[in-house]
Amino acid sequence: MSSPNAASDFDSGLTPGLSACPACAVAPLAEQQAQGAGLAVARLMLSVPQAHCALCITTLEHAVMAVPGVTSARLNLTLKRLSVEAEPQVTAEDLIKAAAASGYEAFEMDPGLLNATEADRQGRDLLMRLGVAFFSMMNVMLLSVAVWSGADGVTRDLFHWISAMIALPTVVFAGQPFFRAAYRSLRAGRLGMDVPISLALILASSISLYETTQSGDHAYFDAAVMLTFFLLAGRYLDHRTRAIARSAAQTLAALEVPRAVVLRDGAEVTLPIAEVAVGDLVRVRPGGRMPVDGIVEDGQSEIDRSVLTGESLPVFAGPGTPVSAGEVNLTGPLTVRVLAAGRDSSLHRMADLVAVAESARNTYTSLAERAAAWYSPLVHLLSFSAFGFWMWKTGGDVRFALNISAAVLIITCPCALGLAVPAVVTSASGKLFRKGLLIKNGTALERLSEVDAVVFDKTGTLTMGAPRPTNLEEIPRRVLSVAMALAEASSHPLAQSLFAGAESIGVRPAILSQITEQPGYGVEAMWMGQTVRLGRASWCGATAADVTASYVQIGGSTHTIEFSDRLRPGAGQLIGRLKARGVSVHLLSGDAEGPVRDLAMRLGIDEWTANALPDEKAAAITALRDAGHRVLMVGDGLNDTAALMAAHVSISPATALDAARVASDIVLLGSDLLPLEDALRIARQSTHRIVENFAISGLYNLVAVPIALLGFATPLAAALAMSLSSITVSLNALRLR
Amino acid sequence: MEVLGILIPVSLFLGGLGLAAFFWALRGRQYDDPDGDANRILTKEWDDKPRPK
Repeated sequence: MSSPNAASDFDSGLTPGLSACPACAVAPLAEQQAQGAGLAVARLMLSVPQAHCALCITTLEHAVMAVPGVTSARLNLTLKRLSVEAEPQVTAEDLIKAAAASGYEAFEMDPGLLNATEADRQGRDLLMRLGVAFFSMMNVMLLSVAVWSGADGVTRDLFHWISAMIALPTVVFAGQPFFRAAYRSLRAGRLGMDVPISLALILASSISLYETTQSGDHAYFDAAVMLTFFLLAGRYLDHRTRAIARSAAQTLAALEVPRAVVLRDGAEVTLPIAEVAVGDLVRVRPGGRMPVDGIVEDGQSEIDRSVLTGESLPVFAGPGTPVSAGEVNLTGPLTVRVLAAGRDSSLHRMADLVAVAESARNTYTSLAERAAAWYSPLVHLLSFSAFGFWMWKTGGDVRFALNISAAVLIITCPCALGLAVPAVVTSASGKLFRKGLLIKNGTALERLSEVDAVVFDKTGTLTMGAPRPTNLEEIPRRVLSVAMALAEASSHPLAQSLFAGAESIGVRPAILSQITEQPGYGVEAMWMGQTVRLGRASWCGATAADVTASYVQIGGSTHTIEFSDRLRPGAGQLIGRLKARGVSVHLLSGDAEGPVRDLAMRLGIDEWTANALPDEKAAAITALRDAGHRVLMVGDGLNDTAALMAAHVSISPATALDAARVASDIVLLGSDLLPLEDALRIARQSTHRIVENFAISGLYNLVAVPIALLGFATPLAAALAMSLSSITVSLNALRLR
Repeated sequence: MEVLGILIPVSLFLGGLGLAAFFWALRGRQYDDPDGDANRILTKEWDDKPRPK
């Protein structure tokens, strides 16, 4: 760190130099002191999806620390999250720029940071119970081994008593997550996985306690604590996967503009969106996103509607033009009269629709749920019938019959099942997370594994959504240098792209005078005594081409500079590989026919549709579904949300609008599309592994259950069956490549 | 067998010590970023002296 108090707020007063990692902890004490002293420290969180190594840590932390006003920066590599403490004037944009300069894409996170740490608390709680269960498992096992190897009489009883003293509090403390979940599911009238687990824990502990008081041969204390440990491990894995996904999802929730610049009594005030009222006048600067729905009152500009409609060409906006929240203002400042804000804006109505559809999709039953649906009743039935049978056979020996039925419950207890799914899902989402894919929904991987058709959106999904000049070579250098100089004066994306393109082929800007930008039209200047213009066709006296283009006018002559959108890296390769896998590929765009056809030809997509309206997109997906396909939709625009929801499973890039990201199950964090292919492959593999794991634990049960039913099961057999099956499924889960 | 009277309490005490250490580490948030900690040992920062408080 360059400054001596670097990250000092993260150092714990409780962790002196002994600690293996010098600064893991946030000391509650230090925090309180900081607040007590009234230091106004802004806390910012950035998500950095590309961070993956030791070098990333130092590079990023140094880059951000170099921003003036930053007091500490620390990268959490597990969550790919950079937490920064800085003076209040430091904004997230400064930090994002600093990160970008060092080569990392960073996104601002929701400032609901306290929630993020709150979520960790649940994980720590589980981990603590896991630690307790592990401690008692080891100690009880130590005593149990002695009993198994032949300790008897007083020694055995003593060992059983000590085991009871360790195991009973452990089961009560560490088993709470299961008891609570079982209580909840019973109240809801369901028989989930937690009910047999809780029953097995309670029955095993109480029977063992009774046996101990009667100085009996068998006590299942070791089985009870082992069960708790293995199941808690599964629960913790499950929690961690979800916590990581959630933290990244929170990240992305902050892309929308939360504030608007409102004109009140002639002065500009920045207000949260929630406080903007209908009828207010809102200023939208060039480059800004429309915060509200409304009508342009004043100003001229061009607006980019691609997120809403998929159109790649900017549209002219002047007084009277209706605008919707989410559109981007490109060239000139606009004053917009608010027609709908916040909850009522089209952006939010769309998001609300998505929320409704979301809950509908959650009805998908996962493999684990289907397994639990028949497994739990079966286990209970087996255990009760064993009890009944032995009651009848022994003529009413309750103690013996209960022992058998407890043994059946312990052996069939879904130890391996409880680990089988979380272990695979954790391993798979970890792999995908490292490749830059974020799994938001628990059943997404399973649904993804069933996909046989992929539908892509064009603008912003297969393409970067950023146009690039294509015919610079055909234009005289002299004209280019003028165009470049004109482009330098504008923040219009075409102009900026033209400038960068010309610069890359070695053109130098001409010297111009009297440069003025006409918002909505283009840039005008004087060059060697004649007027030169760069902008729209009509303004430059040219006829408009049917592709995205910008026009240069020098005196009487005009030149057309054509643009085409840049493909996302990996797009071509991805489509080729998908087709090689036998997945059908479709292109569904709201853009005009020309660009869509070009792109489809370039990528080799045979089935494409242009000019698709949002509901037509959804209808196309539904048609595919009705034809028996399982559709993966990849899209980023607001016009894709309905289609994203209609699809079997959906993916959106991180640059997509809120609503689209909410609607999708998986978010692609980087700009490369290739990880999608890995996602499909890993999803299929992981579903395989889950089924294999079910088979493995079923096999163990097939051997062990008859033994238990016949009354030959000893605590040793139960311990062996349980640990062996759990270890096998965990190892099998790790085989994911 | 009298030695058991010493050994069992000793083993429980040692195990408890481990458990206490685990709690301490957990409360100190040392398990919040396992990947980051694994990588941080590779950096050259703070190799010569601990990070100042």
